[in-house]
Order: sequence, then C-alpha cells, then structure tokens
Amino acid sequence: MKLQRKNGLRATALGALAVTGALVLTACGSDDNTSSNGTGAGKATAASNISCEGAKGKLLASGSSAQKNAMDLWVKNYMAACSGVEINYKSSSSGEGIVAFNQGTVGFAGSDSALKPEEVAESKKICKSGQGINLPMVGGPVAIGYNLSGVDDLTLDAPTIAKIFNNKITKWNDPAIVKLNEGKSLPDKAIQAFHRSEDSGTTQNLGKYLGATAKADWPYEAEKKWPAPGGQAASGSSGVAAQVKQVDGAIGYFELSYATSQSIPTVSIDTGAAAPVKATSENASKAIAAAKVKGTGKDLALELDYATKAEGAYPIVLVTYEVVCDSGNKSDTLSTVKSFLTYTASDEGQKVLSDAGYAPIPVEINAKVRETVAGLN
Amino acid sequence: MVSTTPIEPMDSPPPGPAGAVTGALAARSAGTGRAGDKVFLALSRGSGIFLLVLMASIAVFLTYRAAIALAENEGNFLTTFDWNPAGNPPVFGIAVLLFGTVVSSVIAMAIAVPVAVGIALFISHYAPRKLAGPIAYVVDLLAAVPSIIYGIWGALFLVPYLEGLNLWLDHFFSWTYIFEKTQIGVARSLFTVGILLAIMILPIVTSVSREVFLQVPKAHEEAALALGATRWEVIRMSVLPFGRSGVISASMLGLGRALGETMAVATVLSPSFLISGHLLNPGGGTFAQNIAAKFDEANELGRDALIASGLVLFVLTLLVNGGARMIIARRKEYSGANA
Repeated sequence: MKLQRKNGLRATALGALAVTGALVLTACGSDDNTSSNGTGAGKATAASNISCEGAKGKLLASGSSAQKNAMDLWVKNYMAACSGVEINYKSSSSGEGIVAFNQGTVGFAGSDSALKPEEVAESKKICKSGQGINLPMVGGPVAIGYNLSGVDDLTLDAPTIAKIFNNKITKWNDPAIVKLNEGKSLPDKAIQAFHRSEDSGTTQNLGKYLGATAKADWPYEAEKKWPAPGGQAASGSSGVAAQVKQVDGAIGYFELSYATSQSIPTVSIDTGAAAPVKATSENASKAIAAAKVKGTGKDLALELDYATKAEGAYPIVLVTYEVVCDSGNKSDTLSTVKSFLTYTASDEGQKVLSDAGYAPIPVEINAKVRETVAGLN
Repeated sequence: MVSTTPIEPMDSPPPGPAGAVTGALAARSAGTGRAGDKVFLALSRGSGIFLLVLMASIAVFLTYRAAIALAENEGNFLTTFDWNPAGNPPVFGIAVLLFGTVVSSVIAMAIAVPVAVGIALFISHYAPRKLAGPIAYVVDLLAAVPSIIYGIWGALFLVPYLEGLNLWLDHFFSWTYIFEKTQIGVARSLFTVGILLAIMILPIVTSVSREVFLQVPKAHEEAALALGATRWEVIRMSVLPFGRSGVISASMLGLGRALGETMAVATVLSPSFLISGHLLNPGGGTFAQNIAAKFDEANELGRDALIASGLVLFVLTLLVNGGARMIIARRKEYSGANA
C-alpha cells in the first residue's frame, strides 16, 4: 500500500510538472504571436484585407522548401487575420509534397516543378471528380551562392557553372573564371561544389537552365535527382546553404532567400546581356514575365525561357506551384484552401514576396490563378 | 532452456527439444494445480511464440514488398551503381549501400572495440572504486544521447575538426590507397561516419564487457596472483580469456547498432552512388541512411525498392548475429556458464 501511495504521489508530481511545462510553453507561444503582430505593423495592415470566409480548423500542407520562407510569411499574416484557423506547411521537398498530396494527407502541396503526367493520373484517385492542377504562386531566383574569402561580386556564365558542377573546373583561379572576372585576384583554391542529396525541384530547375544554355557542358536530363558524378551533397536548401556558409571555397545553389537570410554572396550571371545580371527578385521577375502557360484547362503550369538575354533578366529562376484538385477537393479543407490561396494570389499576398527575396507572379498569369482559385470546388 | 535444468525435479526428462521441456513444464504445473503457474506458463510461452511470429511477419512483409520491386527493376539489384526507381526504366542497386554499410561498420568496430575493452578493463580492474562508478555512469550515459544529436555534433564539430586529421593521413599514409584523398572536399566521408559510429557503439560494448570482466571468478585471479603474476599478466591470462566470448557478443551488439544507424549517418555523410576505396573522399552511402533520405519522397515502386534494400540489411544483420553465435559456441569452454 505504502509503495503504491508513493507511486501515486510521484505520478501526481509528474503530471503537475507536465501541466506547468505545457502552460509555460503555451505562454511563450502566445507571447511570440503578439510581438510579431506588434513589430510587423506594415504586414498587419495588409493582413486586415484577408477574407476568412468559410475558413476553419486545421489545414495541412507540405512540399517545396524553396517557397518555405514565403509560406512562413503568408501563414503568419493569414493566421493573424483569421483566428481559429491553423495552417501547417511542412517544408520538405517538392517530391515529398506531391507524394503526400497524392496520398490525400494534405490540403495542398507546394512544388517547384509541375506535376508529371503519371502524377496527374495518380491524383485522380484523390480528386474524386477532377485532377491535380498547378497554380504558379511564387517566383524566385535560384542563387548560386559561394564562399571565397576576399572575393565579392563574382561573375560566371552558364558553361562555367556547368563545368564547375560537373567537376571539369576544380580551381577558383581556372582561366575560364579569371576571364569572366578580370581585375579580381582569385585564389589558387579548390572548388567544393555542393548539391542537393535528395530529389529536388531546385535541382531540376538548375538542370533545365544548364541544359538550355550550356548543352555541351551539361549533357544530363533535367531531373529532380542530381545527375552529375562527384561533388558533395547536403540535405535540403538549408543544408546546402549551411555547407556553403561553413566551407571556404564552396559553391552551391539554393533559393535566393536562403542567401539573403544568411548573407551568403551570390554569383552574377553573364547571360550575354550588356552587363552581368545579379540575383535579385526584380531581375527574376523580368525573366518570369516572359513565361508562357503550357498547362491545359485549369492547369497553369508555366514554360520559362531560360536562355533569355534580356537586359537585367536573371535566367536561373524557378516558379513554385501550389498543387490542388481542380474539383473534388476534400470538403473539410476546401474552404480553408480557397480562402488561403485567395490571399496568397492577392495583391497583398504577392507584395509580401519581394520583401522576402522572391519574385511575384506576372500580372496576367496571376489573374488566371485568382480565377482558378475562385472556381475550386 | 539450460537455466531451467537445476530447478527441475530429478525424474523429469533431460533438457532436449523444446517440446520435451514444455511438456515437462506443463505436467509439473498441472500437478501442483496452482493458477499462477498456469498463467505464467501461458504468458511466457505466448511471449516466445509472439517473438517468432513477429520476426517471421517482418521477414514475410519485407520479402513480399521486395519481390514486387525486384520484378520491376531494370538494373541489376546487386551490381548497379545507381538508385533511381522513379526513373524510366526504373534502375536501382545496392552495391554502393552494401559497401558503405560494411566499411563504415568495420571502421567503427576497429576503433570502438579496443577502446571499449580498455575502458572496461580500467573500470573493472584498474580504477579506484571512487572513480570507476562515475566513469561507468558517464559511458552508459553516452548510450542515452539520441542519434540525431550525434549527427548534429558530427556535422558541426567533428567534420570541420577532422579535416586536419584527413590531411595528415593523406600526407603520411597516402601510399595505403585507402587514406589517399583524391577528391577535394570536407570530411563528410565514410571514414568520418566510422569514427562517429565508433563513439556511438562505445557504451554498449563497454558496459557488457565490463560486466563480463567483473564476473571473472576471483579464484582465477587470486591463483594467478599467487603464482607471482603481475596485474597485466592476470588480465592477459585469466580475465581476457574468460571474457572473450562476452566481448564478442558485446561487439556484435555494437555492430548491430552500427549497421542500422540512420540519422547520424544521414546528417554527416555526403551521399553519392559511387564506390571508392579512398575512404577520405566524401561520398558513399549506407542502407539505413539511404532509406531515411529517400523514403519520404519515394513513389510506390521507390518504397518497395527501399524495402528490398531493407531486406538486405535484415539478412546482413542475421548473418552477422549467426556468425557471432557460432564463434561464441566454439569458445564455450570459457563462457560464464561453465566457469
């Protein structure tokens, strides 16, 4: 008996500890929310225009890590405006997002590349009366970040980038790099090229760019899987950025927002235009503006012109999509998905993007996105 | 089964096949007629059968899903240096993973076992009692650190600090081929993974070895001392031979962990589908790391392919454990049961 009472006491103590802990943690959580509302005054006013009609409960989403930083801002603004709605975007990778979407575990998926035909076919199981469609929502430059002490403002062109990631150029003072950066002293240091270890839409977009502009030096198919031999791998955009940040002599590719948030210098691209183009969200917008819709029906998948030579157009861009069902969305999340995507496609939603290092979707395409979102059922 | 013999009545049959023993047990429990005996028998028999069913169902599940994947594979499952089940045609092979798993585990064992035996001997025979307790406690504590923590520590601390060691090894031992660093890059290699795994399996090898060394009959040691042996000679002539099978089982437990370690490897290694004998080069992969990295975004066939690789790891572990049992069985004269 005595033993049992002692155990009971211990259990009560543990329970009390757990409850207190939970209370303390919740308190921290709500503190954080109020302070972010307080400091982000500009964003809070933007949030006030959000229409929360019909939105309720929890919405799970998953996918592309390239749009993570944009999604974080959107979710924060949206949840501040619509109380009682919880949106949880798990930033993993495009591939994982689409798998989750086709298993029916998420309301929508984020993806850096449009659904493949077989993925569309698979989506028909989940979208009872329709199929999965791509809604271009976030544009952005894929920055080539590097870490080379003493060298800022590096310029490269497509063949050089292809040769670096293909292990054909292995020293920073290679004649090809020196020629593009006249007047700069480049060290005799080995280049450590980092790529994504898991399947990634960012990898695929870089592959599409290199395939379109440097076919001779980049003979690979543009797949989500890294094609070239050699080099080093790291997991996720954040993993690659962390390695570039840590290793002197490193070069890697990731969404521009990872470079700005960790102050990693980025490569300007010699596209054949008068001056090398810097990786900025305005320059990316100029390149995305030339995109054409290649999807049929309600699908708005885009075709980008990677070989553009337009002044100030940064060519390595990606457009990340939100993947939803055109009809036959799950009834318990449909209204929340519609309400949230209406916000992300709205002027306020798109304006948030350039502040975070992304590029807004061009106006004509964005108009179609809004129309499609309004028609989701 | 062996341990039940002393408490059995004299007239019961000698321990033989499982059926004979359970029969004897059943007869005995029926004889006494106590409910507790019956319940306990049912419970323990149920647990034993449950374990067999569990292992069999894991094996059946893995084999079934693996068979689906292997039927679709256009590459050679054993020799293809690629993992692309989502490709057209789907191609995947385990050669790189098998190589990486075995090599990293062998490195881990080569480092961990001597160190663990040293720690165990120090704790059991050299350290003053006041020191032995805390050291044993700290070593055991190493086992409680989650593997992802080892992964983070490895990626942020071990990898940068091993670069110096790598350059040193490359400079003086590049003639060995395995320590020749041909590819530039940070130390995100199988060698680093091996070192990290060695640290991770230290506690299990150490604590089991320590327990075994403490079991050495005092009479053996005192006899050796009486003959004028030094402490090292006592250890060499009585402690080590007595503990050998225990140390082997401990090592196999550690090897099991090293073979299956996932998160720490996935965090530290820079994976690639190439086999290189130059262990300092970044690259390679292990079964568990590959499954962790690819599972989330694999399609249906991709998952089955990963399960097929998991089956190979399962078989590899069974082989290692079976081999260890054979080694221990051959050295039975030194085992604790006969001392």
